[in-house]
Amino acid sequence: MAYTEDDLEKELATKEYKYGFYTDIESETFPNGLNEDVVRAISLKKGEPEWMTDWRIEAFRHWQTMEEPEWANVHYAKPDFQNISYYSAPSKKPKYDSLDEVDPELLDTFKRLGISLDEQKKLAGVAVDVVMDSVSVTTTFKKTLAEKGIIFCSISEAIKEHPELVKKYIGSVVPQKDNFYAALNSAVFSDGSFCYIPKGVRCPMELSTYFRINQAGTGQFERTLVVADAGSYVSYLEGCTAPSRDENQLHAAVVELIALDDAEIKYSTVQNWYPGNDQGKGGVYNFVTKRGLCEKNAKISWTQVETGSAVTWKYPSCILKGDNSIGEFYSIAVTNNFQQADTGTKMIHIGKNTKSTIISKGISAGQSQNSYRGLVQINSRAENARNFSQCDSLLMGNKCGAHTFPYIEAKNKTARVEHEATTSKIGEDQIFYCNQRGIDTEKAIALIVNGFSKEVLNKLPMEFAVEAQKLLEISLEGSVG
Amino acid sequence: MLEIKNLNAGIEDKDILKGIDLKVNAGEVHAIMGPNGSGKSTLSSVVAGKEEYEVTGGDILFENESILELDAEERAHKGVFLSFQYPVEIPGVSVTNFIKTAINETRKAKGLEDMPASDMLKMIREKSELLEIDRKFLSRSLNEGFSGGEKKRNEIFQMAMLEPKLAILDETDSGLDIDALRIVSNGVNKLRSKDNAVIVITHYQRLLEYIVPDFVHVLVDGKIVKSGGKELALELEEKGYDWVKAELTA
Repeated sequence: MAYTEDDLEKELATKEYKYGFYTDIESETFPNGLNEDVVRAISLKKGEPEWMTDWRIEAFRHWQTMEEPEWANVHYAKPDFQNISYYSAPSKKPKYDSLDEVDPELLDTFKRLGISLDEQKKLAGVAVDVVMDSVSVTTTFKKTLAEKGIIFCSISEAIKEHPELVKKYIGSVVPQKDNFYAALNSAVFSDGSFCYIPKGVRCPMELSTYFRINQAGTGQFERTLVVADAGSYVSYLEGCTAPSRDENQLHAAVVELIALDDAEIKYSTVQNWYPGNDQGKGGVYNFVTKRGLCEKNAKISWTQVETGSAVTWKYPSCILKGDNSIGEFYSIAVTNNFQQADTGTKMIHIGKNTKSTIISKGISAGQSQNSYRGLVQINSRAENARNFSQCDSLLMGNKCGAHTFPYIEAKNKTARVEHEATTSKIGEDQIFYCNQRGIDTEKAIALIVNGFSKEVLNKLPMEFAVEAQKLLEISLEGSVG
Repeated sequence: MLEIKNLNAGIEDKDILKGIDLKVNAGEVHAIMGPNGSGKSTLSSVVAGKEEYEVTGGDILFENESILELDAEERAHKGVFLSFQYPVEIPGVSVTNFIKTAINETRKAKGLEDMPASDMLKMIREKSELLEIDRKFLSRSLNEGFSGGEKKRNEIFQMAMLEPKLAILDETDSGLDIDALRIVSNGVNKLRSKDNAVIVITHYQRLLEYIVPDFVHVLVDGKIVKSGGKELALELEEKGYDWVKAELTA
């Protein structure tokens, strides 16, 4: 079947690496290229224990036997994996003395989103863990969290400070060999976030990570691991903005969520990476594996607002292993100009009385292609499993495309699976109606799009929802005509 | 307030309006009547600034300035309001959110700050009471699943909120039962003042029993062929449009 994870086992020729490889461990950015030595060097640079190095090597060896998947409804020039630098640390001293030195375009983006750098730090009640070029630079609010026994730190730190937790859970939901990009990430992940909520603890604040890609030609391989112990609750926010960039950047992240018995994880993402210019040049390749595991009575809720990246390949999924567990996926995917997105979810029902809900809103403008791809799988012992899926597409203009690929596999007769889909187009009559009331066309589109996306926007935490609305507006600017 | 001079307009090479002259002063109510296809709705769309229509001659002056080059939203900011014959649906956008956006965009165009939320709420309360609108209605998605009467009442509610100088009511009576017609007409009458003007576009005389016009114009084949007082509407109702056409050819 076309949709399963990449499990191709073809051999990749590796002879081209015959010249060997030299890595200057002192340098802040590794030279381009990838082989076992580079993987070891990354691990060494980060001072990792041997088990972690071995884990990476195992992933790397497997990755070499894999092929980049081609089943997604996206077309792009395949990245040259030997032409990417796999490690880049930010310089120890502050990059800029004042805001005046920062890329004005980036500042402008922040300003328009209402999250100036200053404001960002001060965001009330939000702990911000800024990942800048692969290594965590700052982690705040740590003390407050520590009082509750909550661990929120970079994954590198977690590997050193909490090896027993990392060792137990890393790769337990997304195995090293899961798919091509996950294997690559497992081998070379640079940094990311780790979060552990102890038994019965309700995390008192939204945990937030702002990702940025900052240095040209640096692939980003974030690794996020969130473990919610029995009866705990956490809401995790992941937001991304990036300045304009000319060359393609590869991003292959892995996010693993583990919700133990009666635990709940709410994971929200606003993704706004550089989508390429209006001619389709440049932009980030976003090939992400996100998956969560629900034990008994647990709940995982994914909410995503995807407006950026040139190519998106992303399916936040839930494995509903425990009885009575619940999986949710709420998504808004916006594509404009030449962007391509193939995104959706997988809901794997294993336990009894498991429930899943999928609400997907795709908005296509310009010459973009927007695909929803989803799998609802009801296993044979999943008695009384329920799924409801709703996929709505909104088209702007005549040159874009919206596609829906829903897969349903039900192996238990008691399953109840519902799927609804609609496609609509922003009409000239709607625009004129708004114009006549004094609302200009850009604002009219924003209004219509926000209305269309409302069910999903409502699922976001308040401050994120406001930001997401503005993002939708900015993303669709210039799409009229 | 509004002065239309020898207006010629059409769509895709098809001439629809063939030399319209019309002058509307503040405080007046004008009715434009005419058979189907005579150009009534085209006239309202052209005045409101719908882009699909091309103006091939003449001019439209609003408060002594030509508005031909202005976008639809700029005309709206100046105080031109069109009550649509077929109001469109905008799913997920509540009536309140829509009108709030419309008001604030208009204020922004005039260099004003957003209307404070408390003022907005107060105004919404007043106007919805004036038009006998249930407040629950205001949180529904704009025109989605609205009955014919609700759609038209919503148009008049927006008119009340936006307080335009010139309101054009395009076939506001179509699709209304007698109760809805009474409520909508009462609303319009309550909003009439010496400072604003109303153009009522209708096929039937029925609406004009409720919204009594000062002037009645008959539009046939893109031209105003006859103008008169309110009694002209009655005469038309009695004799039919063929009477005017016959008079023309005679």
